[in-house]
Amino acid sequence: MNPISAIHLGLVDYGILIVYFGFVLGIGFALKRSMKGSGDFFLSGRSIPAWVTGLAFLSANLGAQEVIGMAASGAKYGLMTSHFYWVGAIPAMVFLAIFMMPFYYGSKARSVPEYLKLRFDEKTRGFNAISFAVMTIFSSGISLHALAKLLETLVHWNYWTCITVCALIVLVYIFLGGLTSAIYNEVLQFFMIVMGFAPLVYLALKDAGGWTVLKEKLIPVATSQGYAAGTWSQSWAHLGNPVENPMGVGWFGMVMGLGFVLSFGYWCTDFLVVQRAMAADSMSAARRTPLIAAIPKMLFPALVILPGMIAIALHHQSGGMFLPTAADGTPDYNMVIPTLLAKYLPTGLLGIGFTALMASFMSGMAGNVTAFNTVWTYDIYQSYFAPGKSDSHYLWMGRVATVFGILVSVGAAFLASQFNNIMDMLQLVFGFVNAPLFATFLLGMFWKRTTGHGAFFGLLGGTLGAMLFHGLALAKGCLPGIKGGWLQPMFSFQSEMGQNFWMAIVAWSACFGLTIVISLLTRRTKTDEDLKGLVYSLTPRPKAEAEAWYQRPVLVGVLVMVAVVILNLLFL
Amino acid sequence: MNFDLRIPLGLIFTIYGAILIAAGLTSTPEMIRQTLGQNITLTWGIVQLLFGLTMLLLSRKK
Repeated sequence: MNPISAIHLGLVDYGILIVYFGFVLGIGFALKRSMKGSGDFFLSGRSIPAWVTGLAFLSANLGAQEVIGMAASGAKYGLMTSHFYWVGAIPAMVFLAIFMMPFYYGSKARSVPEYLKLRFDEKTRGFNAISFAVMTIFSSGISLHALAKLLETLVHWNYWTCITVCALIVLVYIFLGGLTSAIYNEVLQFFMIVMGFAPLVYLALKDAGGWTVLKEKLIPVATSQGYAAGTWSQSWAHLGNPVENPMGVGWFGMVMGLGFVLSFGYWCTDFLVVQRAMAADSMSAARRTPLIAAIPKMLFPALVILPGMIAIALHHQSGGMFLPTAADGTPDYNMVIPTLLAKYLPTGLLGIGFTALMASFMSGMAGNVTAFNTVWTYDIYQSYFAPGKSDSHYLWMGRVATVFGILVSVGAAFLASQFNNIMDMLQLVFGFVNAPLFATFLLGMFWKRTTGHGAFFGLLGGTLGAMLFHGLALAKGCLPGIKGGWLQPMFSFQSEMGQNFWMAIVAWSACFGLTIVISLLTRRTKTDEDLKGLVYSLTPRPKAEAEAWYQRPVLVGVLVMVAVVILNLLFL
Repeated sequence: MNFDLRIPLGLIFTIYGAILIAAGLTSTPEMIRQTLGQNITLTWGIVQLLFGLTMLLLSRKK
């Protein structure tokens, strides 16, 4: 058997894809009538039920890069990849639901940067809004580029045709239906992924001989690379020392870097995901949004990581004939999902799986575009360029920003296709900006003494701290430069991932310390009255409404945490 | 007011279920071999059809 190089779609598969495009556009057209004001376009009029915002919350993060990347990590690192879910997502989602959502939703802020404006001052908001707007638009471009490149290799479609068609479809449905359209399509995408990947995982696991046999087959994968036998099928057992596992990460870096700083920084402050919860129809629904997302999220490793583990086991068993080989001679891990799709799914099911993949690329892009047009219109355009205009003017601006955002995304995709290094550089800079963010929010929400100057300069200091650390740290086998160590390689890491986790820890600590010190040295500009609804100690607790047990955020949050601990123990 | 999302969800998976059932009923032996001797296309088509119909049913109840 030879590794696959292409997917052959049948007539039925094309039919399934076209039906999907039809529904996506149809949802946009059907929602057009509901878009009466800017609040409908950017916030869905705060009218979406919790199960819809919850699944969209999960789906907005589940771009195809995530699906393909997690399967690749499953092959490269084994079950340890589940830490990105069980450590690096669930606790932060529960924290957002229980502790932070009351401020985001209750303050009536229309975006995360606007919360910073209400809590701190204009400059903190400006810094966050502008960096966020630039980042989302480039992420959208990178998503678009990845999609077109994958389709070019797999089904031999023309790169620019893919870009144009996908960008146009996303443009039309957001232009017409705004955030509601994006959210509805994200939920549709969630079900497509589940429906498309479940039979794939079932067949692949059956072919590998089931879970117990798979674990045995993963032993030679680990031992042949010099690791202990269970490295690919255990999540915690090999985290004692970074040299013991292929990730090159120890337990402290994993828990603090990924589990605390990066995870809370993303899930609790990134407007892309928080926007979904803000669209919920009540405070209770907003708080339940991340919890509803957490339940499928903790089971997703079975759909996205397990395929990678199966593929590498079969690859090893077949003497290196299952996955194609990358340029550097290692297996091409990014081809895990395409390989499994082509091998196990006959025409019909293949159409569902392939459409699911395209759907997740497009909704990944749409999520970025909706977050961008909101931050641009409310936090940049309305605050700096045109305050005090009519609501219909801002609705119009939102549509203009959608067109503009998509055009810039296409431009970013072009840049990515021409200069790979520019994208690496940008993602590096985004990493510097994002790493310290959670310290600012944590202090802002739970310490009323935090001042605007403290927040702004703390954030700036944290970003510089990240940069400085990057200049001093280098992973094994890397050359000084974009990978780090450009000042003076002083700290050596087992892997780039380990280096990245520690950079986050350093940036967060720098921001946390600086914010406290500067806040104590500067005068408060906001009174206790101003901060009501924005800071924990000054906000009345939400009254326990007479709700069913499954609607109470704290109780459900605790249950979710118990479930995730059990999952970790099962796959220790 | 936005329309109920369960309507398009129900419709699309009813259609996909029907397509897969048709594809499953006309599977060639080669396709069955690809899915390890089981007609997964047919089974999964029935699952999707039932999911789609359930969504449609739920959207009609207020």
